[in-house]
Amino acid sequence: MKIVVCIKQVPNSSEAKIDPATGTLNRAGLPSIMNPDDKGGLEFALQLKEKYGAHVTVITMGLPQAEAILREAYAMGVDRAILLTDRKLGGADTLATSNAIAGALRTMEYDIVITGRQAIDGDTAQVGPQIAEHLDIPQVSYLAGLDYCEECKTFKCTKETEDGYEILEMQAPCLVTVLASAVQPRYMSVNGIVTAFEKEVEVWGADRINVPEECIGKAGSPTSVFKAFPKQLKPAGETFEVTPEEAVELIINKLKEKHII
Amino acid sequence: MDFSFTKQEELFLQMIREFAEKEVKPLAAEVDEEERFPIETVQKMAKIGLMGIPIPTQYGGAGGTNIMYGMAVEELSRVCATTGVILSAHTSLCCAPILEAGTEEQKMKYLPKLASGEWIGAFGLTEPNAGTDAAGQQTTAVLDGDQWVLNGSKIFITNGSYANVFIIIAMTDKSLGTKGISAFIVEKDTPGFSIGKKEKKMGIRGSATTELIFEDCRIPKENLLGQIGKGFGLAMKTLDGGRIGIASQALGIAQGAMDETIKYTKERKQFGRSISQFQNTQFQMADLETKVQAARLLVRSAHYKKDHGMPYSADAAMAKLFCAETAMEVTTKAVQFHGGYGYTREYPVERMMRDAKITEIYEGTSEVQRMVIAGKLFK
Repeated sequence: MKIVVCIKQVPNSSEAKIDPATGTLNRAGLPSIMNPDDKGGLEFALQLKEKYGAHVTVITMGLPQAEAILREAYAMGVDRAILLTDRKLGGADTLATSNAIAGALRTMEYDIVITGRQAIDGDTAQVGPQIAEHLDIPQVSYLAGLDYCEECKTFKCTKETEDGYEILEMQAPCLVTVLASAVQPRYMSVNGIVTAFEKEVEVWGADRINVPEECIGKAGSPTSVFKAFPKQLKPAGETFEVTPEEAVELIINKLKEKHII
Repeated sequence: MDFSFTKQEELFLQMIREFAEKEVKPLAAEVDEEERFPIETVQKMAKIGLMGIPIPTQYGGAGGTNIMYGMAVEELSRVCATTGVILSAHTSLCCAPILEAGTEEQKMKYLPKLASGEWIGAFGLTEPNAGTDAAGQQTTAVLDGDQWVLNGSKIFITNGSYANVFIIIAMTDKSLGTKGISAFIVEKDTPGFSIGKKEKKMGIRGSATTELIFEDCRIPKENLLGQIGKGFGLAMKTLDGGRIGIASQALGIAQGAMDETIKYTKERKQFGRSISQFQNTQFQMADLETKVQAARLLVRSAHYKKDHGMPYSADAAMAKLFCAETAMEVTTKAVQFHGGYGYTREYPVERMMRDAKITEIYEGTSEVQRMVIAGKLFK
C-alpha cells in the first residue's frame, strides 16, 4: 500500500497572544508546529503501515523552514519526505494550494491520500476536499476512524457527523481528511530523531509539478482578504446553585432578557 | 565548546518536553503520595526508546548522545524526580558499566533487553557499612568451580524490586583492598538472591529503593563484569557517569521549582499587586535563575567531555555538587515564595523540596564530590 500524507507547518496558535494595540495575532516568537489534524492523519497512516505494511510519504508546501515538520515526520516513522517550495507558489489561497499539491500527487503513486481536516491558522477545511476534486478521486472528510480491508482492497472510513458516525467504504485511490481528536499521535522515537537528519528531504520546485503558473501562487488565488480579526473570547459562564424549580425560572428570565423568548 | 543544540537535540527536546508534560506530570503527585513505581510510564518510555538513549544501535539502543540522555533526565525530573532517577539509575548505573566493561557476549545478551526497556537495570554498591567508604565492601564473591558464590547484602538500591539485571560489586580478595573488589552481573531470578525491605523515603518516593540479599547466590563464572579485581575502578567510573545523570535530575528539579514559582508569584496577589512585582521576589528569583543557568552549563560541559572521550571525573563531581545544592536552594526558596500553600501538597514545590534533598546524598554525597574535586586540585 502506498500512502501520501499532506502536512502543513502552522504557528502554534494555542500559545498565540493578540496584540492589544492592533487586535491582530502577534506571530513574533510564536513556535511553529505540525498542524494537529495533519498529525492525526499521519498517525492513521503509520498505523496502517504497522498493520498491513505500507510506504508512507509526507509532502508539505511552504517556506524552506517547513523542513522541520518533515524531519519530525521522519522521526515518527515515515519513509519519504517532500518539501514543495518555490517563490512561484507563494501567496496561495486554498485553491492555488490544492492545485499545487494535486499537481505533485499526479506525479506520484498512491492508494490513499490523507490530509488533516483543516489547519489551525486558516480553519478553512477546503484544501483536502479540493485536492480530491482536482484528482477526481472519491473522498471522505471529517474522519474519526480508518481501517483497510485486504481482501476487498477498500478503506473503511468512520466519518464524524453532527448526529453520530457514518461508516463508509471507499475504493483506492481515494482521499480522506482527518480530525486531530480521532487519534493520539505517537511520539517521535529517540532513534527516529537521531536518524531523521540523515535522511533526504526532497525539495521540489514549481517546475516539478506541471501545473500552469496561472493556477498556483498568488496568480492562482481568487481569494482576497477583506479583513482579518481575532476570534472574540467568550466571557466566563455564570454558575448558580439553585433548585430545579428555581433553575426553570432563572433560565426563562435569562432567555427573556436576551429577547430569545 | 559549542553550547548550542544540534538539530537532533532540538527535536529531542521538543519530544521529551511534550512527553514529560503529557505522560509524566499528571502522575507525579499520585506516584509520590502512594509511593508507587510508575511502571506504566516506564513502559511508555521504553516504547519510544528512552530506556536506551546513549546505547549504540548495534546493541539495540537509540544511538543518541549523552547530552540527549541528560536532557531526558532533566526534563522528566522537571515534572517528576522519581521518573528521572528511574531512567538515570537504569542507564548510567546498569547499561553504562556493561557497555564499558562487558564482553561482546555480555553486551549482546543484556544491552538489547535493557535498551528496549524489556528489562530494567540496577546497581548495587552501597552496603550498611560501606557508604561513602565504598571500599569497605563486605559482600563476598568466591569462585567455586565454574560459578561465583555471592554472600552479603546491599542497601538503598534504586529500581531494586523492579529491576531484572543488577550490577553487583563484591569483594573477591579482601587482602588486596580495593584491588580485591570485582563487579558481577546478577539476574533477578537467580536462586539465593532476594529483594529485602523497601525503604520509606522523604522524597523520590515512587522509585523502588530496596535492600538486596545474597545467600549462597550462584551465578555463572562468565557473569564477572570486567576483569577480576577491577570492580572498584569500574564502580567509580560508573559513578562518574551516574553523577552527571543525578546532576541532570537535580537541575530538572530546580527548573521545575523555578517554573512553578514564576507561575505562582505572577498569580498570587498581596497588598494589591502580584508578588512577582516586589523587588524582593525579583532579586531573589534573578539570583536563582543565574544559578540554574550556571548549573546547566556545568552539566552540559560534563556531558560534552564524556561524549568526546575527554576526562570528566571532576567535571561530573562539580556538576553534581553545584546542581544538587542549587536544587536544594531553589526548592527551599520556592516553598518560601509559596508561603503556607507551599508547605501543603496542593502545590508541587513541597514535593520538589523533598525530592531535591536526595541529590545531595546519593551517588556520592556533596562531601564526596568536594573530595573528588579537591583530589584533582592537589594531586
